[in-house]
Amino acid sequence: MAKKVAFLQGNEAAAQGALYAGCKFFAGYPITPSTEVAEVMSAELPKIGGKFIQMEDEIGAMAAILGASLTGTKVLTSTSGPGLSLKQELIGYGCIAEIPAVIFNVMRGGPSTGMPTGPSQSDVMCAKWGTHGDHPAICLVPASVQETYEEMVRAFNLAEKYRTPVMVMPDEIVAHMRERIVFPEPGELEVINRTAPTVPPEQYKPYDTSFGDVPPLAAYGSGYKYHVTGLNKMQDGFPTTKAEIVQAEEERQVRKVEANKADIMKWEEYLVDDADIVVVAYGSTSRSARFAVNEARKNGLKAGLFRLQTFWPFPEERLLEISKKVKAFITPEMNLGMCNGVVKGCIEGNAPVLGIFRVDGEPINPGQIVDKMKEVK
Amino acid sequence: MSGRYEIRFSGAGGQGLILAGVIMAEAASIYDGKQAVQSQSYGPEARGGASKSEVIVSDGPIDYPKATVVDALLALTQEACDKYSHDLKEGGVLLIDSDLVKKQPAGNFKVVSFPIINTAKNEIGREIVANIVALGAMVALTGVVSKESAEKAVLSRVPEAFLELNKKAFNTGYEKAVAAKK
Repeated sequence: MAKKVAFLQGNEAAAQGALYAGCKFFAGYPITPSTEVAEVMSAELPKIGGKFIQMEDEIGAMAAILGASLTGTKVLTSTSGPGLSLKQELIGYGCIAEIPAVIFNVMRGGPSTGMPTGPSQSDVMCAKWGTHGDHPAICLVPASVQETYEEMVRAFNLAEKYRTPVMVMPDEIVAHMRERIVFPEPGELEVINRTAPTVPPEQYKPYDTSFGDVPPLAAYGSGYKYHVTGLNKMQDGFPTTKAEIVQAEEERQVRKVEANKADIMKWEEYLVDDADIVVVAYGSTSRSARFAVNEARKNGLKAGLFRLQTFWPFPEERLLEISKKVKAFITPEMNLGMCNGVVKGCIEGNAPVLGIFRVDGEPINPGQIVDKMKEVK
Repeated sequence: MSGRYEIRFSGAGGQGLILAGVIMAEAASIYDGKQAVQSQSYGPEARGGASKSEVIVSDGPIDYPKATVVDALLALTQEACDKYSHDLKEGGVLLIDSDLVKKQPAGNFKVVSFPIINTAKNEIGREIVANIVALGAMVALTGVVSKESAEKAVLSRVPEAFLELNKKAFNTGYEKAVAAKK
């Protein structure tokens, strides 16, 4: 049988991907340019016995999804810049309490209200450092409608597998553009569910590391009782200030992602092997970059594209390796140099990292990237 | 057709230009088996302000989703025409509403004009279908999607009660453009 196809917007695909992954709870507050996600979820969730709540604000929405997740439900919120800022305290809460949740954030101009309808890529650092304290960070940056769908499914898998909030961050162009999408059949994409406890309720501890770095998570309402807090905690979930426990727990929370980078990170290399110039790009900008790389190759320039599919964790080791044999990197991005700084930080000065930065609400076009390539000596 | 064909629908917010772009792209990608990407750019206003919707159609994969050099441009307001006609390709085609765009941009491209909004209002009977009149005209002028596919895409997007109205709007736009082109 032929697969189901549709002509969908990135935001609509994100919602459909969440549903495929088994999302049954959405709480959010509408905000351009992510509102279509809430629209689709509000229409679809009631049909499958799920719940949709429009909360009083973005803070309440984040709190609601963390609470709902603890009942054993897969949860989603969607927002954009100002909403992401508001959610930060509770994102940190999700990290320390180790609660699976997916945050879909469409990047628009900022800071503050910025340019609501303009595209941007300026939230990628906020995905890692928005909430205070050391914590794990996973941030996926899709570049097409199909990829937005598939990466949403993967975001839910990562959240469940590593018991932590996961962010999916398309820029406004990817979120609002429409492309043909081929829907995967049920069972075609992997769907991961969190590990439930095997011990009886009286023996259960929510952070019992004898089960590994990601302890099983019991569902509230299933007979298991445990304490959840934003304070540093012991294995039973109650607060502690004992130095060795706090140190070990903080390290474990970060290690959940750091030690599993190979499973989480994704990138695509296009004509990188023999390239003198490698463009490091993500989201819609990576599409301009691919166009530019093809143009450059026609003119005899050995250009390649390193397309980030995850921004966090960042593929530092691979870029360091590539840096040993290239003349320069170029980072086109709709911010003032966020990826540029991260690339510089991991290549040990092996090559210059030229930036193309736009924050005027206009996309970076292929011509700009080709022009920058010509500057490379 | 080889390579990219770039179409831009422009006018004021609320004129239904994004929908016109979506239908054009759907006709290409779902009904004609080509590849298409539709994107949009609009201001914070719910109504008014310059608004555009772009469609890229190609036989192969489409990287950059926005227009680079525009093959065909629709401008329903003077503001949109002034703002969005600078990158119209040499030999391209510009469709304007003859009542609303009095100052035509200079350039080596074909200009086709007829009173698009007035046609919707007085010949079809509803101003709201001006976007579908314009779409019909753009289908005729660009030839990038088949008339049949475009009509199917229009009809799949409108409520049952308005099928005839939209069909008439689409076909009237198509015929007017064919006549105006001569």
